[in-house]
Amino acid sequence: MRVSFTVNGRPQEADDVWEGESLLYVLRERMGLPGSKNACEQGECGSCTVRLDGVPVCSCLVAAGQVEGRDVVTVEGLADFAEQRAEHGGCASAAPGSCGTSLDAARRWEARPADSQTGGDTALAPIQQAFIDAGAVQCGFCTPGLLVAADEMLERNPTPTDADIREALSGNLCRCTGYEKIMDAVRLAAARQGEAARR
Amino acid sequence: MTTDTTAATATGTRGPVTASAPVGTPTKVTQGAGTKGGIGESTLRPDGTLKVTGEFAYSSDMWHEDMLWGQILRSPVAHARILSIDTGEALATPGVYAVLTYDDLPTAVKNYGLEIQDTPVLAHGRVRHHGEPVAIVAADHPETARRAAAKIKVEYRELPVVTDEASATAPGAPLLHEDRDDHHIGHVSHPNIVHRQPIVRGDVEAARRRADHIVEGEYTFGMQDQAFLGPESGLAVPAEDGGVDLYVATQWLHSDLRQIAPVLGLPEDKVRMTLSGVGGAFGGREDLSMQIHACLLALRTGKPVKIVYNRFESFFGHVHRHPAKLHYEHGATKDGKLTHMKCRIVLDGGAYASASPAVVGNAASLAVGPYVLEDVDIEAIALYSNNPPCGAMRGFGAVQACFAYEAQMDKLADAVGMDRVEFRQLNAMSQGTLMPTGQRVDSPAPVAELLRRVKAMPMPPEQQWLAAGEQADVRQLPGGLSNTTHGEGVVRGVGYAVGIKNVGFSEGFDDYSTARVRMEVVGGEPVATVHTAMAEVGQGGVTVHAQIARTELGVAQVTIQPADTQVGSAGSTSASRQTYVTGGAVKNACELVREQVLEIGRRRFGTYHPAWATAELLLEGGKVVTDGGEVLADLVDVLEDEAVEVEEEWRHRPTEAFDLRTGQGNGHVQYSFAAHRAVVEVDTELGLVKVVELACAQDVGKALNPLSVIGQIQGGTTQGLGIAVMEEIIVDPKTAKVRNPSFTDYLIPTILDTPTIPVDVLELADDHAPYGLRGIGEAPTLSSTPAVLAAIRNATGLDLNRTPVRPEHLTNQS
Amino acid sequence: MDFLRPASWEEALAAKAAHPTAVPIAGGTDVMVEINFDHRRPEYLLDLNRIGELGDWEVGEESVRLGASVPYTAIMDHLRGELPGLALASHTVASPQIRNRGGVGGNLGTASPAGDAHPALLAAGAEVEAESVRGSRLIPIDDFYTGVKRNALAPDELIRAVHIKKAAGPQQYSKVGTRNAMVIAVCAFGLALHPDTRTVRTGIGSAAPTPVRARAAEDFLNAALEEGGFWDNGKIITPSVAKQFAELCSGACNPIDDVRGTASYRRHAVGVMARRTLTWTWESYRGTDGTAQQKGRVA
Repeated sequence: MRVSFTVNGRPQEADDVWEGESLLYVLRERMGLPGSKNACEQGECGSCTVRLDGVPVCSCLVAAGQVEGRDVVTVEGLADFAEQRAEHGGCASAAPGSCGTSLDAARRWEARPADSQTGGDTALAPIQQAFIDAGAVQCGFCTPGLLVAADEMLERNPTPTDADIREALSGNLCRCTGYEKIMDAVRLAAARQGEAARR
Repeated sequence: MTTDTTAATATGTRGPVTASAPVGTPTKVTQGAGTKGGIGESTLRPDGTLKVTGEFAYSSDMWHEDMLWGQILRSPVAHARILSIDTGEALATPGVYAVLTYDDLPTAVKNYGLEIQDTPVLAHGRVRHHGEPVAIVAADHPETARRAAAKIKVEYRELPVVTDEASATAPGAPLLHEDRDDHHIGHVSHPNIVHRQPIVRGDVEAARRRADHIVEGEYTFGMQDQAFLGPESGLAVPAEDGGVDLYVATQWLHSDLRQIAPVLGLPEDKVRMTLSGVGGAFGGREDLSMQIHACLLALRTGKPVKIVYNRFESFFGHVHRHPAKLHYEHGATKDGKLTHMKCRIVLDGGAYASASPAVVGNAASLAVGPYVLEDVDIEAIALYSNNPPCGAMRGFGAVQACFAYEAQMDKLADAVGMDRVEFRQLNAMSQGTLMPTGQRVDSPAPVAELLRRVKAMPMPPEQQWLAAGEQADVRQLPGGLSNTTHGEGVVRGVGYAVGIKNVGFSEGFDDYSTARVRMEVVGGEPVATVHTAMAEVGQGGVTVHAQIARTELGVAQVTIQPADTQVGSAGSTSASRQTYVTGGAVKNACELVREQVLEIGRRRFGTYHPAWATAELLLEGGKVVTDGGEVLADLVDVLEDEAVEVEEEWRHRPTEAFDLRTGQGNGHVQYSFAAHRAVVEVDTELGLVKVVELACAQDVGKALNPLSVIGQIQGGTTQGLGIAVMEEIIVDPKTAKVRNPSFTDYLIPTILDTPTIPVDVLELADDHAPYGLRGIGEAPTLSSTPAVLAAIRNATGLDLNRTPVRPEHLTNQS
Repeated sequence: MDFLRPASWEEALAAKAAHPTAVPIAGGTDVMVEINFDHRRPEYLLDLNRIGELGDWEVGEESVRLGASVPYTAIMDHLRGELPGLALASHTVASPQIRNRGGVGGNLGTASPAGDAHPALLAAGAEVEAESVRGSRLIPIDDFYTGVKRNALAPDELIRAVHIKKAAGPQQYSKVGTRNAMVIAVCAFGLALHPDTRTVRTGIGSAAPTPVRARAAEDFLNAALEEGGFWDNGKIITPSVAKQFAELCSGACNPIDDVRGTASYRRHAVGVMARRTLTWTWESYRGTDGTAQQKGRVA
């Protein structure tokens, strides 16, 4: 079947979609957006979290056909999404998302020289920058889902308590960090967001 | 560009989470002491931006025009003869390109294995465990591949299963491997025992007579899964030269290569491996998973083949942590001095050997824990059984032992009537202590100090669930969101534990790494390029390598090349060894590059300044400077258009095998120590546990990147928490089938199960190691589990001898 | 596999009538797991996401008509006052992401004994509004669960809504899992006080082939409350009454041993939850004159 929907502000279309395919599969394998991760495919880890019409969901549990005509934001569009939210308030539709990783791109990958990780030419959402700064990224496989979930929580609740953060992120498993640096990152993003709002 | 470390330390952490000031001899670093972004700083990950934007290419993200999907058909039973396999219908399915079985393997090499090549690439006439690969399929869509695999008709005749020591060694027990010819068969008492390592020292019987208190215990350790989040996956691309390019997530490229190439019948240079993004490892990627299968399908079909396990398959796709039965006896005098220890550790290695022999060596040689004990009688064995294969996982044999000996320490302290921490401190080993293997501990072993530090940390406040207001915040109570208690039945407990882990590969293994470092001028700036085959699995090796290059070469710009087999082996990302060994190799190669650069400088500019010949020269801030700080030349001018490149292997000092009868030998390179204090709150009526805090103190020798060090300690601590209260692969003892291969029923800690983890980092240099550093990744996984168990015992008064502890154990309802 | 995308409820009923084997999919949190893990390959998937009215609820005089697809998050956010037991149960469902997608209709359709909503529905009192092209009917919740993962729906029927009695008194819900979040119930217990009828109702999850009520325990407690004049005098329930109530609730279980827990533990835990939830609800009833309370106080 054919499925059409909006991803990160751009209309996308996939043909010959098998009816049992998930939104996650279509994003990763048909739309070149592998940022959402396939860690459990049963809604028990949160690594595939995307926003479906603004609501965080596990994309592995959404049938591709259910997304017809709807709006999806993935980690690839998070920076634009956050920027437009900051500019206009509320949910914004994002600019064209970046494309996924082709083999050629993967072959060319190399860590950037020196400390270019702190920004440079890549615009990041505050939550993304906070994850880097706080050391919340290790293997990084849980990171995209956590970022989407944490960003949405800060949108709803700009001044979360620790218990609020833990509750909001209780659907996202991380196996590397023990979550402490993730807590630090969300607190940091909340603090920076608060400072920015006061300015 | 600068590193934003201020942001990282101002993140509202509560409690002592920062690295403490170094105690003891600080490592002397002259070269690079003034270089920004060098060792000792919390520089940020070079792959951080890619990972937060979703652009980082993990092995499951690989994609290729025209690629096929591979699917593995696995055995639904644990032990059976395969009477027949019919692939006809599967092969006839539209969209299917290949269906391969054992008969299709191209060469005489049909097995693989880390140490013993006993694992069939595809089952031959027999399956030995639930989930063993039987056939593989390549098709144009994963669903097509799945449907085709389901159409393969395999006729099994089930055989009796071996599931524990009794059934493995019973008269007439089925043999897992009838024709063993490995080098362990000569010293084991039964062919279903993979390896046996005794360690005998002193006179246990005489020492036993001096004991005023003797404590015995029988302990059970459940089977833990690494549960890395990125499932096994990769892409094999057939090449025009008849070889194959393999992009895969692994812990050790060259070990994979050594096992893959012979099965494919290709020379190693025609199997070109590149490390893809690795979604965690923890030991679970030390063995092969989909590598050979993808290559076979790619070479057969002439098309790129991608294989991605789902979570269900991942539980069958890698080895697990050995479950264990441990019997311990300790004695102590009435003054609290340990007299002797006897123990027997039985590890279940499952159907294939994997890393079992080395795990046995570790369990035996570290069975005593970080204590002074001169009279010991230790035996560790690993079984072959029809249970899932077990091998490497963070802590590697030392975890199981620590759980048992730390429970024993508490029992002994209680028997003697001493404080549990003081009892441990009284018996703690220190630098100079002889291990039961006869090896002298020749670097700092601050066991008593770590215990002191962890005990001195402030206690978390009582009843934090009331802090928010009048009503109980269930999120802070046992049971969490499930709303099982508002404080009723909740009792707090505190427990302590400390552990010892070896660092690096032991027992005479030639444990080396290779680094290629290049220095040249790019865009008017001196740039260092570091190329190793080190598998970055999340631990932060890429960050540290850049720091080392900056420190050693005085440059700001460092490029880390992707890891591949175009450079020599880096050894495994395991055994807490990469910063030590590959870090050591990078340091060594940088030093050689530096010498060559200075040589060029002397050649070009030596006549202009006498200091070129007389002073100790350093590379700092892109310049050649004297140790007095005088600038002699810019590196840009020294190098001009010349590039200096060095590729060198680097080894730590050698180790020895353990004697097969006495266990004597200088088997280990370095030891690593951590201590934990666990504070738990237990709902004693429902048997539910909330870990409130897990404080850790660890000696790291030298923190090359403090932020990463703390991240490793917190992550390891949490995996230990998982084993304590929830994580276990449950295998049916009657059928040897796995009952919970999913994230629905194999539970790992969520953020609501994980406490605050204050970390106190001690830096006592090991003079034998680069920069004095100590491998750190595993030690925190050891003591975390027994600390939590001790705290639960403290809260409940129960004698808990197994882990994980489940609600039914705490309520006497098992 | 065919993917059916009805745009209206009528179309959905027609599709279900034409293809009685079609598997309805709304939140997808059960169905997609079975598809992803190759446990199920239905001939037809019947997508209900396009039928907006399934996400609506109406608060009436006596009851709430809750659309089958109203996500658990909405129940927690908007219906805590009317449906406190179900709101508490909703909060224990899986993860925030799942609560954003899943709804009570899915729980009922799957009819797993471990479904989190069931004990709350049993305790509150509810009717399932089932509809087919043949017409609509209300199935009392007590008659809905017919076996392990089986329910009273006819092959051509779909769940339109659930009519749940509005709380006239305190309700509580408790669930045991071996993790502090994102966990399937080892067992669960729901309790509702109905001061209007001077009765209590219970619901037990994951401790029998179907969700069940502890009827003997309810009868005992109803009688004890009546005899002691508790509804009027608001006295503390005596420990012996609470203990016997708990024992009778344990006795209503018919559990199995599985990877999540032992049968013996499930009986034990249901008893503990019964006693605690009784204490919480009764204290709330005494303290607030029968007004429902969302979280219990520390006893």
